[in-house]
Amino acid sequence: MIGGLFIYNHKGEVLISRVYRDDIGRNAVDAFRVNVIHARQQVRSPVTNIARTSFFHVKRSNIWLAAVTKQNVNAAMVFEFLYKMCDVMTAYFGKISEENIKNNFVLIYELLDEILDFGYPQNSETGALKTFITQTGIKSQSKEEQSQITSQVTGQIGWRREGIKYRRNELFLDVLESVNLLMSPQGQVLSAHVSGRVVMKSYLSGMPECKFGMNDKIVIDKQGKGGATEEAAGKSDLGGSGGGGGGGKQSIAIDDCTFHQCVRLSKFDAERSISFIPPDGECELMRYRTTKDIILPFRVIPLVREVGRTKLEVKVVIKSNFKPSLLAQKIEVRIPTPLNTSGVQVICMKGKAKYKASENAIVWKIKRMAGMKESQISAEIELLPTNDKKKWARPPISMNFEVPFAPSGLKVRYLKVFEPKLNYSDHDVIKWVRYIGRSGIYETRC
Amino acid sequence: MPVVTELFKWEGTKAKLNTHFATENRQFGSKMTDSKYFTTTKKGEIFELKAELNSDKKEKKKEAVKKVIASMTVGKDVSALFPDVVNCMQTDNLELKKLVYLYLMNYAKSQPDMAIMAVNTFVKDCEDPNPLIRALAVRTMGCIRVDKITEYLCEPLRKCLKDEDPYVRKTAAVCVAKLHDINAQLVEDQGFLDTLKDLISDSNPMVVANAVAALSEIAESHPNSNLLDLNPQSINKLLTALNECTEWGQIFILDCLANYTPRDDRESQSICERVTPRLSHANSAVVLSAVKVLMKFMEMLPKDLDYYGTLLKKLAPPLVTLLSAEPELQYVALRNINLIVQKRPEILKHEMKVFFVKYNDPIYVKLEKLDIMIRLASQANIAQVLAELKEYATEVDVDFVRKAVRAIGRCAIKVEQSAERCVSTLLDLIQTKVNYVVQEAIVVIKDIFRKYPNKYESVIATLCENLDSLDEPEARAAMIWIVGEYAERIDNADELLESFLEGFHDESTQVQLQLLTAIVKLFLKKPTETQELVQQVLSLATQDSDNPDLRDRGYIYWRLLSTDPVAAKEVVLAEKPLISEETDLIEPTLLEELICHIGTLASVYHKPPSAFVEGSRGVMHRRLPARTGSGESTESPDVGTAAGGSAPEAAPSIIPSQGDLLGDLLNLDIAPSTTTGPPPPTTGMQMGGMDLLGGGLDSLMGDESEPLGGDIGGSPAMGAGFGVAPAVMPASLNAPVGGGLGDLFDLGGGVGMPMGAYIPPKTVWLPAMKAKGLEISGTFARRAGVIQMELILTNKAMSVMTDFAIQFNRNSFGLAPAGPLQVLTPLGPNQTIEVSLPLSTVGPVMKMEPLNNLQVAVKNNIDVFYFSCQYPISMLFVEDGKMERQVFLATWKDIPNDNESQFQIKDCHLNSDAASNKLQGSNIFTIAKRTVEGQDMLYMSIKLSNGIWVLAELRVQAGNPNYTISLKCRAPEVSQCVFQCYEAVLKN
Repeated sequence: MIGGLFIYNHKGEVLISRVYRDDIGRNAVDAFRVNVIHARQQVRSPVTNIARTSFFHVKRSNIWLAAVTKQNVNAAMVFEFLYKMCDVMTAYFGKISEENIKNNFVLIYELLDEILDFGYPQNSETGALKTFITQTGIKSQSKEEQSQITSQVTGQIGWRREGIKYRRNELFLDVLESVNLLMSPQGQVLSAHVSGRVVMKSYLSGMPECKFGMNDKIVIDKQGKGGATEEAAGKSDLGGSGGGGGGGKQSIAIDDCTFHQCVRLSKFDAERSISFIPPDGECELMRYRTTKDIILPFRVIPLVREVGRTKLEVKVVIKSNFKPSLLAQKIEVRIPTPLNTSGVQVICMKGKAKYKASENAIVWKIKRMAGMKESQISAEIELLPTNDKKKWARPPISMNFEVPFAPSGLKVRYLKVFEPKLNYSDHDVIKWVRYIGRSGIYETRC
Repeated sequence: MPVVTELFKWEGTKAKLNTHFATENRQFGSKMTDSKYFTTTKKGEIFELKAELNSDKKEKKKEAVKKVIASMTVGKDVSALFPDVVNCMQTDNLELKKLVYLYLMNYAKSQPDMAIMAVNTFVKDCEDPNPLIRALAVRTMGCIRVDKITEYLCEPLRKCLKDEDPYVRKTAAVCVAKLHDINAQLVEDQGFLDTLKDLISDSNPMVVANAVAALSEIAESHPNSNLLDLNPQSINKLLTALNECTEWGQIFILDCLANYTPRDDRESQSICERVTPRLSHANSAVVLSAVKVLMKFMEMLPKDLDYYGTLLKKLAPPLVTLLSAEPELQYVALRNINLIVQKRPEILKHEMKVFFVKYNDPIYVKLEKLDIMIRLASQANIAQVLAELKEYATEVDVDFVRKAVRAIGRCAIKVEQSAERCVSTLLDLIQTKVNYVVQEAIVVIKDIFRKYPNKYESVIATLCENLDSLDEPEARAAMIWIVGEYAERIDNADELLESFLEGFHDESTQVQLQLLTAIVKLFLKKPTETQELVQQVLSLATQDSDNPDLRDRGYIYWRLLSTDPVAAKEVVLAEKPLISEETDLIEPTLLEELICHIGTLASVYHKPPSAFVEGSRGVMHRRLPARTGSGESTESPDVGTAAGGSAPEAAPSIIPSQGDLLGDLLNLDIAPSTTTGPPPPTTGMQMGGMDLLGGGLDSLMGDESEPLGGDIGGSPAMGAGFGVAPAVMPASLNAPVGGGLGDLFDLGGGVGMPMGAYIPPKTVWLPAMKAKGLEISGTFARRAGVIQMELILTNKAMSVMTDFAIQFNRNSFGLAPAGPLQVLTPLGPNQTIEVSLPLSTVGPVMKMEPLNNLQVAVKNNIDVFYFSCQYPISMLFVEDGKMERQVFLATWKDIPNDNESQFQIKDCHLNSDAASNKLQGSNIFTIAKRTVEGQDMLYMSIKLSNGIWVLAELRVQAGNPNYTISLKCRAPEVSQCVFQCYEAVLKN
């Protein structure tokens, strides 16, 4: 198990050091600094073994978090824990920075004592932790309160406390997708996938039972066979506003999905229904991945011509491929230039384009663009003659954008809320759905 | 007072220092920044702190403790304040209490006597009405590693383990593990282990999870104890808790489940069914631990089960999803996928694209992805893979580019259809003249030559142009090898090699050895012009070098050349065994162990835990369970690798009680190494000298009298530089053969679809009377290129038989078991089990009489038994035994007529095409057919696993049931056996 946990600043000075196991000595702190933080070479692995001691590290801005062990620990668990640690710290005091860590070091030690016992991760849900680890110190609690805390921390529904009340029951669903593409210069899709998240923000009273439905192919097909079911009734519930480009696509094939720990996995496995009691406030309900029938919002057509040894001509056309009524935003095309570029002339029809020498790229920005449009940029790049034997590697042209639909075609069909103990029904809950598609790594080779 | 060593100064120390003392009082009570505590760097601060700690004001005390903790964090020694800090312990302020506890955990060990002062408070806190405080006390107490304190810990711990509050119980469960780490005996004596076991049935899932974690850890340091005592009932409890506990608890439980071995395939399936939902968990560690359980338990499922296929399909998506996690987790996932792909390639064979490297992946992710891409490369996806690799070869990171170039070479070797494209891609890369790219390309081209001899030599000229730019030993050695190997095609080979010779002593050993061999090869090919050169290199190697390997190899060449140049030619210019496509596969037993450690550090390092964990922990080797012994599954060809594990630990204790002729068996290794393919080329070259004398010459055909015709049938394990002596003539002998014989081959008989290899029926090898009730019957088979011994063991005794193991005596063709005998369940009275044992041909060699005789020893819990059996030599016929026509002609002419033997096969009613088809099934390849006066003449070739070629002419006359067969071989001893095979195959 985890033998110790250290937090360093960018210089390698220790900000937090908590040792859980006897086999980890003080010298481990220095070993990591010398061998990893101060290493001349770029980090070659997130796991480092120094003198039979293994160090796992992650970096957040310029802060290093390192977990140390001498045993054969579950490596995936250690990294998941480090990420969780970062989440918890962020939830308590915002950005993870040297200043914030120093300002909250007592709190961090208290948290570390609670969420890691003898190197074994314990309940680390912020919702639960905030009930009894506060920066103000625990005021004398009543016996009931105390047992409520402990039963929540250890309970089956560790992520939600009892007795939550809202005057207005409301929930927000965000379908956030990032669409990834690697395209060959000839326009052939080398790989494309969407990784999406459904983020839920709920302000619901009591312990509400929720059921979430989307246009998952497996579920829709099953219903097609079995005839009308209760889900069909809820269909009108949240539909509408979703799909942008795809049009009439009824259902989508989800390659794989993972769920927040509140979702009953065995139920999903057996019936493919997504039911849960949500944590209060925001949570990432599910993540999913699709690779079939992806709506690629933009197509990039590059044309690079080398004119002699000292000049390059670049022409790039982008085409938007979704309903004309929708608007894409924050469009940015990044065209890499060789290292020996001496000057660039750019002409673009729309938006603004600039050569950024420090980034070795031409950056072309367009604020908004409607669907089924096309725009073009052409540039002349002057090169310094070099005797460098190595050819320019021609990194791919990358693109950023944001579109108001889900490129995977995912649609939320319903989210039903039941709270049998309190007197509000599914109809009283105000529900909102929003779809945002963003570019992930959206690259076209040139 | 201890010296205060200032390890660090915080940024902006001075500025804060100025304001610190001025504002100190104002800051009290307000929740201002805590970072000020890091700022005091004044001399004598310990003294100041002491005063503050003893202050009457609570707030001042608390501030002081915070300062102490801050100093502790940065590595200052504040142990001198021990009594003062402990004095602050008695407080109802929980925050202050926690700080004091933190201090105690750090310094109690250095001040054991004073730590006792804290005991009372702990004991009192364990009785506190607030469960949070009870838990805090027991948690902290367990962290104080002072003997005297642990004594006092027992009573409170006992109470806390039975506390009404689950929060206290889950903390107490972990505390047992802590205490065990300090004083294992105490934990046992106090009966805490039993209480801990009871907690597995606790109503609260988190208590269960922590109890499981604690027990697993304790069990690890007692490998033989039955501490966890997993049985179907307790497993059921764990599986129920699995649905309810936190993500971390799920990991503990899954990791524990992975150590369980289900009783049968049904139990295995039901556990798998309950674990699969975890594959959808958001926490990657939960997913990986679930994958571990499934990978392990799948071993037990029969392959023809529908559920087995379903499970395989279910595994792919979550593994792919892991690749969208944060980079560090991706790295862990990729290292594990690398293992999974080696164990079960079918899971991810369609997912090549997801392993394509992204431009901004961290380097460690890129390198791992590349590795997996090569493993998944196949004819179906090779075009895509090559296009990708070509892109990668132009990237900036040197290591990555090198690996990409190397990958192109490996694709060429793995997928024959792509070889040509790979070679041209490599040539393009060489044209870039980027130094490390060129060197890497040359290293891999050498391997391509080894795999496809006489195919791509046209590129040698391009390679030679880059000779001067090579500065890495590996690349230089590869280039020298190429020059030596193809010396007859390179006009200035002698000049090229001579140029390397100038700085002979400055070269690395690798290059020196290669240069020596290359010049000897050159000499044997062009003896007239290079005599001086060879003498020069021999004297450099033998007289001026202090490297024993180099000297030895030099002397061997020298003697060989001086005694018998023709034999030297046979040895040095021997046909080399083709290199295998996968040289970097993890050895099967290690792979199995690593599969049992999926998700853990071992799977990240690709090393068994014992390689990096100290002490008793991790010494336990994990094995995959074996399929339960239902007959049909053991026949599947991959059973050898799939279930190579779980060899009975007692196996090495095999001791034959009779001192008979098979006493020799004692010297054999019971579990011969199961490495696949020949050793990697570099090591092979270095050990070449040894093998030459040891394995090669005195092997099977060592008594061969005629030097030229004599075939030195060395063992295939011989070094790569020497290899097995050929029957195939060097290319120069491909002279046109005139006359009728030459064009008759154009008639080329059509070769139809091959049929299955001939498998003799099983015969009783060891009757039950001779072996205390154990009856063994069996046969041999060659399936998919693997020789298998198929055994039926029957227990005709009254008692149960266990602990089976098998060994062979040395034999003519070096047959040896490639894995342990897979009899895992005890064999009850009147039970029968079918086992198939994969064999390798790299065992020790000794000529037997008859040639195909095999002496076997089988051991079980009762005794050791010996028997001998004869195998059909056809099982040694390898798949690539089809000779080129030209080579066949030349070889036929070259083998002296004395070596020819004729046999009659009677009563065979097949026509010539059917016969040819049937023979091909047993790797006897028809090269050509001609018909003369109603008589069909079939020309055939056979290659034995040790490299011996047998050429045959089969005459079939229509209407005559008697065939005539002539066999020609450089080792005529085998003819009789080969003839028997013909007879057996044709008549069956």
